[in-house]
Amino acid sequence: MDRTEVYNKVVEIIGPFAKDPEALSKADEKTNILTDLKVNSARLVDIILDFEDKFDIEIDDDAADQIMTLGDAVDKIVEIKG
Amino acid sequence: MTQNRTASERVVITGMGIVAPNAIGLDAYESALRDGVSGIRFIPRLQELNFGCQVAGVPQGVESLQHEYFSEDLLRAMNSSMVYAGIAAIDCWRDADLPDFDGDEDHVDWDTGAIIGTGIGGADTLGEQLVPKVDAGKTKRLGSTMVEQTMASAVSARVGGILGLGGQVTTNSSACTTGTEALIMAYERIRSGRVKRMLAGGAEGSSHYIWAGFDGMRVLGRNFNDTPEKASRPMSATTSGFIPGSGSGILMLESLESALDRGAHIYAEILGGDINSGGQRGSGSMTAPNPVGVRRCIRGAVEASGIEPGEIDVVNGHLTGTMADPLEVENWRAALDTKPTGIPLINGTKSLIGHALGAAGGLECVAAVLQLDRGFIHGSVNCEDLHPKLEAFESRIVRETRESDARVLAKASFGFGDVNACVIFRAHVE
Repeated sequence: MDRTEVYNKVVEIIGPFAKDPEALSKADEKTNILTDLKVNSARLVDIILDFEDKFDIEIDDDAADQIMTLGDAVDKIVEIKG
Repeated sequence: MTQNRTASERVVITGMGIVAPNAIGLDAYESALRDGVSGIRFIPRLQELNFGCQVAGVPQGVESLQHEYFSEDLLRAMNSSMVYAGIAAIDCWRDADLPDFDGDEDHVDWDTGAIIGTGIGGADTLGEQLVPKVDAGKTKRLGSTMVEQTMASAVSARVGGILGLGGQVTTNSSACTTGTEALIMAYERIRSGRVKRMLAGGAEGSSHYIWAGFDGMRVLGRNFNDTPEKASRPMSATTSGFIPGSGSGILMLESLESALDRGAHIYAEILGGDINSGGQRGSGSMTAPNPVGVRRCIRGAVEASGIEPGEIDVVNGHLTGTMADPLEVENWRAALDTKPTGIPLINGTKSLIGHALGAAGGLECVAAVLQLDRGFIHGSVNCEDLHPKLEAFESRIVRETRESDARVLAKASFGFGDVNACVIFRAHVE
């Protein structure tokens, strides 16, 4: 799975959580999940679970804490998938 | 009487929302009540699970309707009781003609609060999601939405967030008294001058996990699984127990002063109410009412309303379809100090929607106020074979819908824990 594919899938997973659909349509790797997309911070847990299911990986709590932007998520998923 | 109260101390109803097993929305609910439309249906899942009672009252069409009310993000964390409460509260808000609640995301309405009760709460979420995952050692996989769906205040918290309420936002719980108790508590809150408006009512989800305990107690009707619309039989000789219902009924309570200031439509006035317990003493217990407590509650509501018992035109009873119904009617007679033929006209809304537990008071208070506002008394169905102990009251039991110019209606709810609530409404006169 290449980086673009992972990015597109990440955006697709976060989509239903984003309260600002316009920001989502203009998003790039620097877009902050909480502040730009207005995702409820409590829901980050659910997004991580969805990443685990959709990419068939495990993301530990420390790794999850480092994910702030869409690019961070892609980096972490690519890193774990190897 | 209320003329001794100032407009800020008088409380009126300026909006209502209803998600009932036989109708969603006020006009549909009025039609269903007038036409005797039953909301009780066969539930295949209850048969698969070997329930004695295999019928229930479940609001129809909510699966698709909910997407018109809530974002996918919200729905992810909304079990059935929260969805029902949310739809009823939004409809109530709009019916009260209050400003759009999602126009300005920083706006808080500091003048409005909510008391929305539930009897059992999020047992569907517990049974379907939390317990299986926790028992499998997968607590880390629960996600973030379990607490907000299983905390007792799940229903009021979701409504408060959707509408941006800045007054007190809480959930009360007192079994089957819940919804009516919420109304009286909200009424008192407004009368105290602390807030202009309160949404008040109850919500209860649809789930075999919510109903199972009652089935295990053998208090649900089990003899009418093949004829669901005949199953809920308040005041009948052949009732075999109550039929579980679900949904939400929510009313907007508002100080008369605030309602007049903004030119709101006024459905009815709340003259007064009372809430008490029979102490589980005498013939009262966890599950049976102490008649002394019930009668004190009804009399307390009459006194708080500043009326004479003879001024009550209609009673919307608790009337569940258990052997407690004859006792309830006798309690009304004794509390109002009259003879059987002297009691107000009486009907039971559960005959059409089942017993919605913590939502019952909300669903039935909406029915009560609609009847006053729109001039009818709905027929209490399935009591053609009246219980023998009710024969003396037969002339006062409304079996078929009739037009009515009733002014004053008493509504009571009673619940496990030997708790009672009675509220008195008066039709509004300009």
